Amino acid sequence: MMRLPWFEWRSPRSIAEAAKILAGEGPQAMLIAGGTDLIPNMKRRHQSPKTLVSLRRVPELKKRNGALGAGLTLSELVHDDTVRAQYRGLWQAAAQVATVHLRNMGTLGGNLCLDTRCTYYNQNHEWRKAIDFCLKKDGDICWVATASKRCVAVSSTDTAPALIALGAKVELVSAQGEREVPLAALYNNDGIDYLTRRADEILTEVRVPQGWTSSYWKLRRRGAFDFPVLGVAAAVKLERDGTVAEARLALGAAASRPFLVEKAGEFLKGKRLTDEVIAEAGAIVAARAKPMDNTDLDLYWRKDVAAAFLGYALREVRGDDMRATRLRIARQAL
Amino acid sequence: MSATAKTRFEVLGKPRRRVDGRAKVTGLTKFADDIVLPRMLHMKLLRSPHPHAEIESIDVAKAAALPGVHLVLTGKDFPVAFGILPVSQDEYPLANAKVRYIGDPVAAVVATDEQTAWEACELIDVKYRPLATISNSEEALATPEPRIHEHGERGNIHRLQAFEFGDVDAALEKSAHVFEDLFFYEGNTHLPIEQHAAVAAPDGEGKLTLWSSTQVPHYIHRALARALRMNAAHIRVIACPNGGGFGGKCDLHNHEIVVSRAALRLGRPVKICLNREEVFYMHRGRHPVLMRMRTGVTKEGKLTGMHVQTLLDGGGYGGYGAASTFYTGVLQTVTYELPRYKFDACRTFTNKPPCGPKRGHGTPQPRFGQEVQLDKIAEFLKKDPAELRLGMVAKSDSLTANWLKIGSIGLDECIRRVVALSDWNKRYRKLPEGQGLGIACGAYLCGAGLPIYWNRMPQSGVQLLLDRSGQVTAFCGATEIGQGSDDVLAAIIAEVLGIDPYDVRLVTGDTGLTPVDLGSYSSRVTVMMGNAAIQAAERLKAQIAEAAAEQLMIIPQRVAFSQGRVFFADDPAKGMTFAEAVVFAETKFGTLGAVGSYVPPRAPGRYKGAGVGPSPAYSYTACVVEAEVDKATGWVSIPKVWIAHDIGRTVNPVLARGQVEGSVYMALGEALMEEQVFRRLPAKLSGALVHKFPSLLEYKSLTSLDMPEVVTELVEYPDPNCPFGAKEVGQGPLLPVMPAVANAIYDAVGVRIDELPITPDKVLKALELKAAGKTPRVGPDAFPQVPYPKPMFVPPPWEGGDGNEVKRHDAAAVV
Amino acid sequence: MNRVRITLRVNGEEQEVLFHSYKTLLEVLREELNLTGTKHGCELGECGACAVLMDGEPVLSCLELALECEGRQVETVEGLQRGSELHPLQAAFADLGGTQCGYCTPGILMTAKALLEKEPNPSRERIREAISGNLCRCTGYQQITESIEEAAKRMREAA
Repeated sequence: MMRLPWFEWRSPRSIAEAAKILAGEGPQAMLIAGGTDLIPNMKRRHQSPKTLVSLRRVPELKKRNGALGAGLTLSELVHDDTVRAQYRGLWQAAAQVATVHLRNMGTLGGNLCLDTRCTYYNQNHEWRKAIDFCLKKDGDICWVATASKRCVAVSSTDTAPALIALGAKVELVSAQGEREVPLAALYNNDGIDYLTRRADEILTEVRVPQGWTSSYWKLRRRGAFDFPVLGVAAAVKLERDGTVAEARLALGAAASRPFLVEKAGEFLKGKRLTDEVIAEAGAIVAARAKPMDNTDLDLYWRKDVAAAFLGYALREVRGDDMRATRLRIARQAL
Repeated sequence: MSATAKTRFEVLGKPRRRVDGRAKVTGLTKFADDIVLPRMLHMKLLRSPHPHAEIESIDVAKAAALPGVHLVLTGKDFPVAFGILPVSQDEYPLANAKVRYIGDPVAAVVATDEQTAWEACELIDVKYRPLATISNSEEALATPEPRIHEHGERGNIHRLQAFEFGDVDAALEKSAHVFEDLFFYEGNTHLPIEQHAAVAAPDGEGKLTLWSSTQVPHYIHRALARALRMNAAHIRVIACPNGGGFGGKCDLHNHEIVVSRAALRLGRPVKICLNREEVFYMHRGRHPVLMRMRTGVTKEGKLTGMHVQTLLDGGGYGGYGAASTFYTGVLQTVTYELPRYKFDACRTFTNKPPCGPKRGHGTPQPRFGQEVQLDKIAEFLKKDPAELRLGMVAKSDSLTANWLKIGSIGLDECIRRVVALSDWNKRYRKLPEGQGLGIACGAYLCGAGLPIYWNRMPQSGVQLLLDRSGQVTAFCGATEIGQGSDDVLAAIIAEVLGIDPYDVRLVTGDTGLTPVDLGSYSSRVTVMMGNAAIQAAERLKAQIAEAAAEQLMIIPQRVAFSQGRVFFADDPAKGMTFAEAVVFAETKFGTLGAVGSYVPPRAPGRYKGAGVGPSPAYSYTACVVEAEVDKATGWVSIPKVWIAHDIGRTVNPVLARGQVEGSVYMALGEALMEEQVFRRLPAKLSGALVHKFPSLLEYKSLTSLDMPEVVTELVEYPDPNCPFGAKEVGQGPLLPVMPAVANAIYDAVGVRIDELPITPDKVLKALELKAAGKTPRVGPDAFPQVPYPKPMFVPPPWEGGDGNEVKRHDAAAVV
Repeated sequence: MNRVRITLRVNGEEQEVLFHSYKTLLEVLREELNLTGTKHGCELGECGACAVLMDGEPVLSCLELALECEGRQVETVEGLQRGSELHPLQAAFADLGGTQCGYCTPGILMTAKALLEKEPNPSRERIREAISGNLCRCTGYQQITESIEEAAKRMREAA
């Protein structure tokens, strides 16, 4: 049986108390909410924090009026009719994270802060010993790109591209104070230092603007369990005549961070979502996808299908009936 | 025997709760890791981080000194080599001088808890001298030195086999058309959800008991005695119910020996439970096989001859590999009429976890090739592929080119059923672009004809004990791995004795208590254990009938057994309860018990090598798969599967259908996504050859959302060699599914994917080739030079001879 | 080494348990409380074999720190039957082939129980979604789905 290393455990009752503990413990402490990302990582000795600071008993993280609390479980989001109606892309993303059980445990904040993934990294300690470890943990070479000085582990969060497309902002709280940053700015394109969040900060809530029509499409092998190997999110505001007033397109699992493809959004502005326009936007987005050979499925193929996936998303926001395609790709109705 | 002639059944054929069902749904079934004993310690194995290296030194001092550590073992504690087959005794419980794959066990730590044992493993200092890494068959052929093993044919070739049944080249020359194709079938693994576990404990007399998640307690028993240099009478192996086997728990595993040694040394119970990564290293699963198939046909589409060449990537040890090598050839002949046949096989050693038997053992790979090639032949001849097959189904009660004896065969019925169910004639070649149907067939053993070590003793024994209360207890070495062997045993005994299967108490898979049954592999249990059970039950029944007849003042031949009663067949009111009849019988004969056993019939082939392939009977399956292919992405969906299986006779239709659906499930995984593949790190920087993703997350097994609807038909062509005619159902239904998927994709979008798994990138690549006007095919395009020997020449039965090798005049026809 | 003592409420019974603080709920159930009905296939959240109910919701006990479970209601397969009477799900799984080797069965039974408590009449699609986090290598899921449908029917009829 895989087992955890030893750790101290703290269970604060408020954000302020948690922030204080983090400030006191320093970077040796890690936050734990659902634990679905951190616990497997600890069992594989990716992380061995001296102290775990649990956020389970902090009720403030559960709020959902005006903003979404970072402590809401993914299931709580999925079963929230407001989320489903107003933030369709986010709802579709949350509903496709992992499995029912993991969504019952994992939180929105946890999914946004998900560790980057790589098939050379998400392995047991013994396996990693056989490759003499890697840049991301305990080693000094990136086996995906041996010349790379930068770790190319893949951002594998579903909710982040959906929320970036929606223009979400997040609140970060520490003992020093609080700050709001656009979600896109929470991420670095670096597999190791992938978050701009400081070690003493707690991601407490997500603020999502309203009024967008949105969609999220996830590429993965199976209908459950799998992390995305490509995530495409689209959010648009359409004029009455169908012309695009504003468009935001984001990619996930295509780099070490989820990111907005601004050029594609600019391109769509003022145009109608015809098949030709969608194809052209797809080409712009696909050009930005830089998959590496460190996830499931062939990397060149993953790049090849990025345009098709953007097409699915844009057709869905255009109002096409995409249920049959959705069923084939996602294996479920969304 | 009289029972096989029976046609009306009280138990067989009726849907019924399996006898062990209640324990499984209440959590009471004790799997090996559920066993907890007083004073039990825990063991972890330290495994090699090198794919190929000599061990220079091992320093265990720090580990042994860690508080909580009770024992550290290394290769020095295990001087005797082992191996499941007598011909490949090439493994050591802990590596003695050399490691041959990443994950090869090197040392063991026993401690108060698993965490401490793990920490202690990290403190063991092993110095290795790395050797060249051999990653695949091609490299093995090209790299004779360093040798991974000193045994084998030469260099890094483990086995070479070549057989020719009639002059195949001459047959191909005379054929109207000859088709030559290359296929590749990637390796994959069993992936039981239960990780292997074993508990060893000395009993009050100092004798050893081993509980293990094994499919083969008898083989483990024999091997343990040898490996531990211990009297076999002092060893008891108990096969716990397996949380899935599929062939992955039928080899002898290092940890089973090491944990036994540790328990004996320490005089207290020791447990080991592997983690998921280690289960991937245990492997013994599907060999990666490269195949070349040359097949001749007449203008009408009848086969004239076939030449199959296979190249198997065996991994680091022999294991069952010698048998696997045979199985990539021997069963190609039992499905369709084939006048002449030739096959060459080669297994290489490579620095990866050893391959072995997985559901279908060695036969799904060439079956895939053969059935896809038949689709191409049908296409070329402009014939319907279902019709083509129907026109050449093998005959019942016949011999094959390689001297296998076919009993009953319901394959044509299976084909007709799936054709009807899938509305084949209206839909094949007529569905819209992007949708398609594919058909394929398969055949499988109902038990291997020979045991893995030479003997003429029974392959299965059943002992019955009758209590005067009427309670029947059955003892048998067969192993419940989920397939329902316990249920089959109870059902067959109940059928003979006219009692309720739930009234049969079962003791199975325990070498200390039960007569030998060779284990749950090669789909042998229903047939062999079933025949043994019938014999035992008939013997008891005869005694009870005699005693009851005396009481009823009738002749024993007119005594009937039904619904818990024993009575006069001509006047059912005249009789007694089963328990009362038992009392009369015990009074008359003394304590009642009976044994039954089974030895398969002798195979007709007399040539050396004729021992692999024969079986008491063969099961047959036909399958139609529907596929949808997205032309923009190559994404494949399988909405529906129709499958018909000739099971001979159904024991419990609920379980039989479950076996078929489970086979389809595993087959779709193999067809579309499952692969046991390895990464060779850049050679300049590292010698590492690592399993790409030894995890349940990245080794892709279908979820409930990925599984199509399966329509199952059970076709019953009872076989005279089988208990009540019942054939196997656990493995055969897997075989036709993979080629049917490939053929359906061809019908959908006109591309051939000649290698498994069929991933969307391969489909998209083939679609791009098609769009560019090139051959729309993805698959292997070269077959390396393999030094196959001159084949042993055996004339097929219809060309004279007696099943022996003959010297061939035409010695030049050697590839 | 740090041992902690907490009170757990498992299958409606309160139990005091002393364990190494690193242990997950899975380890405490199996190793401290001897409730070995809950299985494990990966201990990393990749198979669903260890699923139990936490306050009525299916979760993975391999990823749940036992420390977090104080004051919560834990349900395992051992708590499903009432006296000697099987839960309708258990009976249907045993009758209809929902269990083959039985190893994934406890996790699926618990997951299905949570589903039927919320949705007494789920569609086949909903059932397949609900159990999509439980890998089964034996059945191909079809008889599992049918077992859940049958149990739902029997429960509705009994209600």
